[in-house]
Amino acid sequence: MSEGHHKQSFWTKYIWSTDHKVIGIQYGITALVWLLFGFVLIAIMRYQIAYPGTPIPLIGSLLGPDGALPPETYNSMGAMHGTIMIFLGVVPLAFGAFGNYFVPLQIGAIDMAFPKLNAASYWMYFLGSVIMVIGFFVPGGAANSGWTSYPPLSNIATMGQTVWLWGMVMLITSSLLGSVNILATVIQLRADGMTWMKLPIFVWTQFITAFLLLLAFPPLEAAGVLQLMDRLAGTSFFMPSGLVVSGGGVYAGGGSPLLWQHLFWFLAHPEVYVLILPAFGIVTEVIANNTRKPIKGYRSLVYAMIFLGFMSFIVWAHHMYLTGMGTTIGAFFQTTTMIISIPSVVILTALLLSLWGGSIRFNTPMLFALGFLPMFGIGGLTGLPLGLAASDIHLHDTYYVIGHFHYVVAPGTIFALFAGIYYWFPKITGKRTNETLGKLHFYFSFIFMNGVFMPMFIQGLAGLSRRMNDGGETYAHAAGVIHLNEFMTISAWLLGVAQLFFIVNMIISLRSEKTGESNPWGATTIDWTDTTSPPLGHGNFEKVPTVYRGPYEYSVPNQKNDFLPQSQKG
Amino acid sequence: MDIPFNVKERPDTGLYNGKLGIWLFLASEVMLFGGLFSAYIFLRTGVDNWPAGTEYLNVPLATLNTLFLISSSVTMVMSWASLKLNDFKKFKLYSGVTLLFAFGFLVIKYFEYTAKFSHHYYPSTNNFLGIYFTMTGLHVLHVLGGIIVIGYFFGPGSKMWNTDPERFTNRIEIVGLYWHFVDLVWIFLFPVLYLL
Repeated sequence: MSEGHHKQSFWTKYIWSTDHKVIGIQYGITALVWLLFGFVLIAIMRYQIAYPGTPIPLIGSLLGPDGALPPETYNSMGAMHGTIMIFLGVVPLAFGAFGNYFVPLQIGAIDMAFPKLNAASYWMYFLGSVIMVIGFFVPGGAANSGWTSYPPLSNIATMGQTVWLWGMVMLITSSLLGSVNILATVIQLRADGMTWMKLPIFVWTQFITAFLLLLAFPPLEAAGVLQLMDRLAGTSFFMPSGLVVSGGGVYAGGGSPLLWQHLFWFLAHPEVYVLILPAFGIVTEVIANNTRKPIKGYRSLVYAMIFLGFMSFIVWAHHMYLTGMGTTIGAFFQTTTMIISIPSVVILTALLLSLWGGSIRFNTPMLFALGFLPMFGIGGLTGLPLGLAASDIHLHDTYYVIGHFHYVVAPGTIFALFAGIYYWFPKITGKRTNETLGKLHFYFSFIFMNGVFMPMFIQGLAGLSRRMNDGGETYAHAAGVIHLNEFMTISAWLLGVAQLFFIVNMIISLRSEKTGESNPWGATTIDWTDTTSPPLGHGNFEKVPTVYRGPYEYSVPNQKNDFLPQSQKG
Repeated sequence: MDIPFNVKERPDTGLYNGKLGIWLFLASEVMLFGGLFSAYIFLRTGVDNWPAGTEYLNVPLATLNTLFLISSSVTMVMSWASLKLNDFKKFKLYSGVTLLFAFGFLVIKYFEYTAKFSHHYYPSTNNFLGIYFTMTGLHVLHVLGGIIVIGYFFGPGSKMWNTDPERFTNRIEIVGLYWHFVDLVWIFLFPVLYLL
């Protein structure tokens, strides 16, 4: 906190704060903890996949009588791994933490438009995440019908599913408050001169992400309400006629399991872009800064992202080709899916071309940003065969799908988030991170990420199904690829070990001396050039600057510095 | 430092923050009820025999309820207009009447629900009743939310009129927008569930 402010107690300053920066940090730390937890879940599961039936070292006795992971627990952990990584980890980190902290700084706002709602949003998220984990302790364990919660299975699943639904309702409310806040902030609180086409790409991505969250989440809330009714009030919205459930109750029937899938994917496809858009934003900032040149095609990027956001609402049923919804509908969604790949390619191409002719600084954030480009590229391109119904028939529900979306989210989005953490660390703390540890973190993560996910394509093409707790050893057709399980599991565990570089780096850096630099990267955007010296106090700016130029004016000829701040006149 | 445009409009958008916020919130609400209406259509077109609403539901009572909600929307606007005209007494009168209409709606809804239960019509009976109870139930929750907020500004919240009248007027405008939305949802629910 800067001088001249009245003293606040620990609780009002760090816990019940309405300052967007504190809330951003709260979001960030909570989300990182959940990411680690979600990773631990999958690390245990991968051990079971590689060595089916063998007792798990150290913690096995907690999981099952013989030390091995029981299939029911495997299902719970799988469902919760997906839920936690997406809804408690990546989105809150990308949108809650980065959005909260840097959107107001980059547009020249002293706080978010609705600071109290902002705090409410965080606490809703916190509560929702706690409810999610309470699921592990109810009879029957946590939700075990996959993160997609497809009925009728989820309708008749154990109590954990009800807990999951209540948790989801909290998380949806949280994201509603957060997205209204970001949208209102960007629309209303831009500083003088900060016109739409002068916004940093990062702000654009957060803005579009907020729209997606605002409009895509409510249908899942509707679906969640319907499923709660099915589970608690005995309705049959998702229960078809003639379904016999052993030991289950009597159902009126007449419902449709497909209805859930439509409502779910209406959220969950835009959600994919919620996961990737903030990553684009961070990577754009880092690349422009470290190539010391303007990014290629600012306007193309903006229009591509808007188009991407719009299209993301009409591609959802490409997750449902195998449900028998009909070939006509399938044809429509194939077409829209092929169309939506165009803006993604535009974005990736613009970022790739931005490297051309730059004198690139290979620091830690830049390495992660550069790692993002091919990893997201692989994730995106392997998605195309899944978007076409004919090839999807073979690949659906195999490890190929798992490989595809993990390439998008894990070495894609999470690399971008790491880039963002390393990039903005000096702004948040006034200190520098250790470059050597950062680079080791990158190189080992890069190798092991590929070690985990690349073999999934091979297994998937061979037809190995997902979500099997024995790793597919009972399937003859998987015999040729099953040996890869061990390699992937070892990679996954080593990937976990590689994160120690990050954790140690954070601890060391936080304990180090302040450098006192407010703009160590020589960046142009006003979060770097015009804020008070880090760590920032309440209000962010001595005087809110006026903006005169675009966000990426690097290496402008005949200037003293190789960058021109957005707030520099003339 | 105060956050800009909290009370005054931003010139280029013509909105103050709260008004933009409520419009965004309502957009999200449209998607929520849109999802439920879509689910209704999906379920209804998926089965051969879907009961007519009149088999189960009481159309005259619902018509009365429709009138209640539309009237309450009118009085809601009047209460805001009274503030704009600096007439605090009229504001109290009109928002009081709004609350009465809203309570009237809930009372009738209560009689409707209990009549169903006394005939052993439950959400689990069939999907028509399921969707009826789910959608009207969610709508009732929205009415309750509205009553709480309108009641707050009718009672303790109205003190703000003495300290910051412009901000108070804005708040009533925002509540009004929400209340009209709740009204509008019912105007869709009524024909879709009772008449079609």
